[in-house]
Amino acid sequence: MLGVMTELAIEATGLAKSFGETKALAGVDLAVPRGSVLAVLGPNGAGKTTAVRILATLLRADAGTAWVNGFDVRKQPGKVRESIGLTGQFASVDEDLTGTENLVMIGQLLDLSTRAARQRAAELLAWFDLTEAAGKVAKHYSGGMRRRLDLAASLVGRPQVIFLDEPTTGLDPAKREDMWDVVRSLVGDGSTVLLTTQYLEEADALADEITVMDHGRVIAHDTPNGLKRVVGGQRLTVRPTRTERRDDLLEVLRGISGQAPEVDGRGTVTVPVDGDDVLPDVVARLRAAGIAVEEFSLHLPSLDEVFFTLTGTRSQDNDEKALV
Amino acid sequence: MKRRFRLRPALVLCKRNLIKLTRTPEQLIDVTLQPIIFLVLFLFVLGGAIAHGSRHDYLEFLLPGLIGQTIAMSSISIGQNMNADIAKGVFDRFRSLPIARSVPLVGAVLADFFRYLLLCVILLGFGYALGFRITTSPMLLLAALGISICFALAFAWVSLWVGMTVRTAGAVQGVMFLLIFPLSFGSNVFVQASTMPGWLQAFVAVNPLSHLVSAVRGLLLGGPVATQIGWTFAWIAGLLVVFFPLALRGYIRRT
Repeated sequence: MLGVMTELAIEATGLAKSFGETKALAGVDLAVPRGSVLAVLGPNGAGKTTAVRILATLLRADAGTAWVNGFDVRKQPGKVRESIGLTGQFASVDEDLTGTENLVMIGQLLDLSTRAARQRAAELLAWFDLTEAAGKVAKHYSGGMRRRLDLAASLVGRPQVIFLDEPTTGLDPAKREDMWDVVRSLVGDGSTVLLTTQYLEEADALADEITVMDHGRVIAHDTPNGLKRVVGGQRLTVRPTRTERRDDLLEVLRGISGQAPEVDGRGTVTVPVDGDDVLPDVVARLRAAGIAVEEFSLHLPSLDEVFFTLTGTRSQDNDEKALV
Repeated sequence: MKRRFRLRPALVLCKRNLIKLTRTPEQLIDVTLQPIIFLVLFLFVLGGAIAHGSRHDYLEFLLPGLIGQTIAMSSISIGQNMNADIAKGVFDRFRSLPIARSVPLVGAVLADFFRYLLLCVILLGFGYALGFRITTSPMLLLAALGISICFALAFAWVSLWVGMTVRTAGAVQGVMFLLIFPLSFGSNVFVQASTMPGWLQAFVAVNPLSHLVSAVRGLLLGGPVATQIGWTFAWIAGLLVVFFPLALRGYIRRT
């Protein structure tokens, strides 16, 4: 048992939590090996945030056990807090303080000397490209800057376990890539990361393993490749300029994929494909057939498609997350 | 496992509150403008009717009383501010850090020290301009400031408790007014208790503000003070023993 505990940076068994009538978690198991990234994938209201808050000692579970960095979240919350960094869905920075003041304050609360806290703050501000805004009050920051400051604040103490609750929600694509790089470099430094997300693409880009949650339960747990094998890999989406050519297009795409394409109401055709390698082939065949296209994209299944495959029902974007 | 309280994190959060105060100086109205308004109101509007005799005599009587009364009034804002503050994300951050649970509350109270000090300085300064003179000694003036601020810091926990218990910041003010009005008017702040009916005198005699005000009067103007100081500190201890745990419990429940 001890051996298992030291290998897993996060281990939760049977976590349950209700808010009044609402069951936010109904028996959730999570396991994250040290030095790896677990993505918890699910729609709003799946219970992702509740799970993170329990693991970060902000909430007490009604039932179940959880260990973080080898410490029991219920019995040793102080030890857990010494081990973790938390970036919430809503940026947890003090809006009336400047970037520097925020980070120095956290450093001092973590018992760094004032000098060391200043040094660490400057280092993190530089890393997150906030040096120029360091002296500005955080309420004048853009959403992306606030996110970065929030993440920086959770890293002041060089935590071994980092919780990122939807770290890229609301960020534009370029900023999202930046955030991904940050996560990768954290793991490169040996940290363990648990991140929640609504995007399979994000989970696929970052995670070693993915846990899919819905309505307070785990409905799948696999590696990204394993999960993609189940839900299908990439999707190719093509919309012809002229709808009369749709049948020819379907023919071409069926030839590429070997599976029957789906057509939606706007005439957009989607078909599962094996990987990026098919792209040149598709383009060549479309050109040969003389089919002009308006939209052409290759992407991973959306959360909705993942849920459809796993549960047979469309995911419901319910509002239970208001309970955070 | 509970984390032991240490002073440094509380001082760090005290500094946070002071920085916020300098960025929103309008938060200081209740310790700057408000005491001046009360002094003008009671001295010039009501003073003639209350005092019968000289306005200067009434100023001497009134000013130490107002220190007690306005200190109680200005404690409202700590409960209000904390009520609004804990809803903000940064409190999630505090709670995910390895610091004692009481630290954010203690930090806020420590920062309030400067507000109460400012209040005393403003009242005494404005009083001086109107002719109020301390007839004892600088040491006793310091003692008067000390006991007033100690009382204020203890009374702040009442406000914090209310702030952690009621739902909105506006309600904090309502509840605190209900508490402070009988305390400040059913006291020797504005008039001698001997002019009141017997049952009210009984209330005045146990009212903590009366003890504080009597002690401050003695310290600033002379006269025996030992008993009143003793009672005041007994009240300070009593307020802390009761309301510190209540406020802390409310805070932990709330977050």
